[in-house]
Amino acid sequence: MHEASLAGGVLQLVDDTAQREAFSRVLQLRLEVGQLAGVEVQALRFALDCIAPGTRLEGAQIEIVESPGLGWCLGCKQSVTITQRGQPCPLCASHLIQLTGGMELRVLDLQVSDD
Amino acid sequence: MCVVCGCSQNNRLAGPDLARPGAAVSGSASSEGPQIDPRSGDLHYGAGAAKVSVPGMSQARAIRLEQDILGANQRIAEQNRAHFAAHGVLALNLVSSPGSGKTTLLCATIDALRQRHPALPVAVIEGDQQTSFDAERIRATGAPAIQINTGKGCHLDAPMVAAAFAQLHSHAQPQAHGHEHPHEHGHAHGHAHHHDHAHGGPSLLFIENVGNLVCPAMWDLGERAKVAILSVTEGEDKPLKYPDMFAAAQLMILNKIDLLPHVAFNVERCIELARRVNPTIEIIQLSASTGQGMADWLHWIEHALGHEHDHGHAHAPAAPSAAEQALRERVAALEAELAQLRAGAVA
Repeated sequence: MHEASLAGGVLQLVDDTAQREAFSRVLQLRLEVGQLAGVEVQALRFALDCIAPGTRLEGAQIEIVESPGLGWCLGCKQSVTITQRGQPCPLCASHLIQLTGGMELRVLDLQVSDD
Repeated sequence: MCVVCGCSQNNRLAGPDLARPGAAVSGSASSEGPQIDPRSGDLHYGAGAAKVSVPGMSQARAIRLEQDILGANQRIAEQNRAHFAAHGVLALNLVSSPGSGKTTLLCATIDALRQRHPALPVAVIEGDQQTSFDAERIRATGAPAIQINTGKGCHLDAPMVAAAFAQLHSHAQPQAHGHEHPHEHGHAHGHAHHHDHAHGGPSLLFIENVGNLVCPAMWDLGERAKVAILSVTEGEDKPLKYPDMFAAAQLMILNKIDLLPHVAFNVERCIELARRVNPTIEIIQLSASTGQGMADWLHWIEHALGHEHDHGHAHAPAAPSAAEQALRERVAALEAELAQLRAGAVA
């Protein structure tokens, strides 16, 4: 459900940018969603599809870049890839992992048109 | 709808994605779909490898944005945080699934605090989809409460809390607050009132979020800490089933422990799972209805308030945990590396 709110946040960012940069519609939108950001990419896509009609996002191609979850393992003292929270270190099975990446939730860039 | 919290069915095959030519940008087409466990048939969303995207071939203008989608909420949350700090308000965001006993705990807490600190103002912001039942239960204790009905929404956000806090000020100034605001408090942010006036002392604001262990984890409201409440009637594996919330919380309250003799709930395993997703989470076990363990919770609040109170023992600074120690070493190592690099850049 919160993906609907996030889609609203994306549209707000697009509209704010349109005020600044004066464009009429978005051709392509690139988002970055970290694997540990707590966002279901499929649900976010669905929410964006639902709110797009009648907005500057109508017809836009939406790409979602999923950045991997990363953490610093305190057990083996190195950076490891984590696909979900609570998962042990893939190398030493320790649960003492400080997450360092994969929490991103950003609009990266857009391609826009004035027509 | 919500494939995450499961508040509605979502059939992937019925979704619009598969019909979209642009849906699968590169990599495997299934990377956004669930991974299916061959043994159990369980569905695991979000298990796909990170994808590489293909830039569009349009000649249209490109705009680089790199802005957080939650940035607008975050800005207002920071305003709330500054506002709370200026007013001496300790704001706690209480999160849990429905039925964990949040409101009962709040009523018991308010009653107990009134005994221990009669002059401490306590106010509550109540979030629910609909009804004002919870706010009425809080008001029955004598504490001011504002109900936020989110309608279809599944979480509180920072602008809602900003508006509710303003309502608390204009409708129900907590007793013994020590000052009067000389103006209407129906303001939006960008207000111009002074924050440097003398206060009678700290006050406490409980924000009871919508009962939902998923969505509220992502929305900063400007609180000092999120407090996750889990009752022993729910199942000990919730911290691992809903890790984002327990990772975001500073404190986990294990409620309804008076029922432990009647339910199959392994407290040790629950704590172990919570620490897996959040090695530094604090844990308090209590029963809001019998009062068992309530003193620990009140004590925690008093410390967060910065109360200098006499509770019969001195607090030696806690020895750093192994995790904290290891992190400190890591920070020191990175700082040394950075200093080396800087020295190299200068030379």
